[in-house]
Amino acid sequence: MKILTGNDLRTGAVTWWDGTGWSLHVNDAVDVGDEAEVIIAREVAARRVNVPYAIEATRAIDGVRPAHIKDRIRALGPTVRPDLTLKPQDPQAIDWVI
Amino acid sequence: MYLYDHYDQAMVDARVAEFRDQARRRLEGKLTEDQFKPLRLMNGLYLQLHAYMLRVAIPYGTLNSRQMEVLADIADKYDRGYGHFTTRQNIQYNWIKLEDAGDILADLASVEMHAIQTSGNCIRNISADHFAGAAADEVADPRPYAELMRQWSSFHPEFSYLPRKFKIAVIASAKDRAAMRLHDIGIRIVKRGNDSGGELGAQFYAGGGMGRTPMIAPLIRDFVPLDQLITYAEACLRVYNRYGRRDNKYKARIKILVHELGAAEYTRQVEEEFAHMLEQGVEPPREELARIAAFFADPPFVDAPKSIDRSNPAFDAWVKANTHRHKHDSYVSAVISLKPAGGIPGDATAEQMRVMARLAKQYSFDELRVMHTQNVLLPHVAIADLPAVWAALDAAGLAAANMDSIEDIIACPGLDYCSLANARSIPLAQRISEKFAATGKSAALGELKLKISGCINACGHHHAGHIGILGVDKKGRENYQLSLGGSEAEDVSLAKITGPGFDEDGVIAAVEKVTDVYLARREDGERFLDTYRRIGMEPFKEALYA
Repeated sequence: MKILTGNDLRTGAVTWWDGTGWSLHVNDAVDVGDEAEVIIAREVAARRVNVPYAIEATRAIDGVRPAHIKDRIRALGPTVRPDLTLKPQDPQAIDWVI
Repeated sequence: MYLYDHYDQAMVDARVAEFRDQARRRLEGKLTEDQFKPLRLMNGLYLQLHAYMLRVAIPYGTLNSRQMEVLADIADKYDRGYGHFTTRQNIQYNWIKLEDAGDILADLASVEMHAIQTSGNCIRNISADHFAGAAADEVADPRPYAELMRQWSSFHPEFSYLPRKFKIAVIASAKDRAAMRLHDIGIRIVKRGNDSGGELGAQFYAGGGMGRTPMIAPLIRDFVPLDQLITYAEACLRVYNRYGRRDNKYKARIKILVHELGAAEYTRQVEEEFAHMLEQGVEPPREELARIAAFFADPPFVDAPKSIDRSNPAFDAWVKANTHRHKHDSYVSAVISLKPAGGIPGDATAEQMRVMARLAKQYSFDELRVMHTQNVLLPHVAIADLPAVWAALDAAGLAAANMDSIEDIIACPGLDYCSLANARSIPLAQRISEKFAATGKSAALGELKLKISGCINACGHHHAGHIGILGVDKKGRENYQLSLGGSEAEDVSLAKITGPGFDEDGVIAAVEKVTDVYLARREDGERFLDTYRRIGMEPFKEALYA
């Protein structure tokens, strides 16, 4: 699947296109198919996201998993500071990245 | 240390107001990201992996306790309670909001700090020997010259759009503690003539650097009179600005120009430009250098007891490892390690910053230095005060006794934070420091500088590591190249790759094997680097790949 990610204009936070807006959680990401460029153009114009781009990902039982480790780190947070990730209570979260 | 005059303050305040307006226009949609990006980068604001990152300039690494306190306050108020000290003697915040950036810059300006020229193709923060003004072996304090260069290079209209970024280091001793020859321009203040009455001047090295094409800067002038320092630097920059490549960013650094022209031809052109510029009168008046130098007068050192109780083994180990000889024999310079075993190199919490500020105020004439090794220094500590300083550091988790050991690892932020990185650096540093601390092996190894970069840009100085590690992307997986034999000191050399790379576990095992070879083969008094240079790469390769 192809999903969209970018950064929130105000906060810089990593966000994912959920079909209607931008979510902090990669599991909310939807397959945009061939619509990536259209959505990106519209959302940038609306100032709802900063420097968005499309990436490859897979959907499995445990949710959406970006293909590249860089985007998985973006999705979770720094692997060296579990307390600053989106899943500070999940001891398995770092394994998901790697 | 240098204090702003009203011109300095007015310039910084004006920049804060200007950036506040630019950020407002971006947030209101009046500027696109393409329009805004160069403006935010001119103010040190990057967009990194998780958020905006702000890089704050700390000129030649020197700051006072009030400045450190404000850095702590920024970490608490606008970030997530910590900051990251870098190999450029700066500090970075990883979780900045664009809407807060103007307020942060205003807070910085209130204590004579800013983030100007911490990005972009301009002259970056001038770095210097972190022991400047304290070291027993320097011929002069290099900071007045670094400050003069800071003022000259700030907003210099001719050098605001260079072919690429430009880094300058200034030292003033035979020992190189600033990786001077791995800078675009390295300057060593030297004394010509006899010790008591010699003339000070500057050696100029040009065309060094790390990154994807590491080069050691050749000497291009062995003595520039100090009243021609800026003129000569300007001549170096002019030749680079005129002929440095702008068609290919990977070949745009001055090191490529010097390499392609040859040092002799580059020097000839610089000398020609220098002769021309001497007639233009661009050098600041001597009075200006004298005005600046007055800010760097020695603090009021006093003779004090030099004998202290070192019966506590942990304290004794810290004194041995982390203190450095001072020019006044009642004092030492004390390194505050930001490398606890298993910790993140260069990170300090806001509370730790406040502890460092408090100690500077109480015990080090209100001065701190950020070291390019990602540690912090108290430059002037009375020997008699060391027990109190150590106790306070120990209580704050800042007393690791590991300066220049294999635990004192330089590591870039890597893929955990940096959008350019290909692999993570910090987890390797954590695992290696933890492993060697736990076994006690690092003490046996002595001086062993290990440096890790998460990509070819080499922010972790892996080319200059006795042991260097470079993270690469190998078909979507992290892979690590090991290299040996680098040095950024006065015995400068570039590390050589051992062979095929390793995965994370593999490279940690490889580091252990390499250190085992050293321990088995070293001769009396040899550091790791000395043994490597004597026996060569082959024994290490045999251990790694047999």
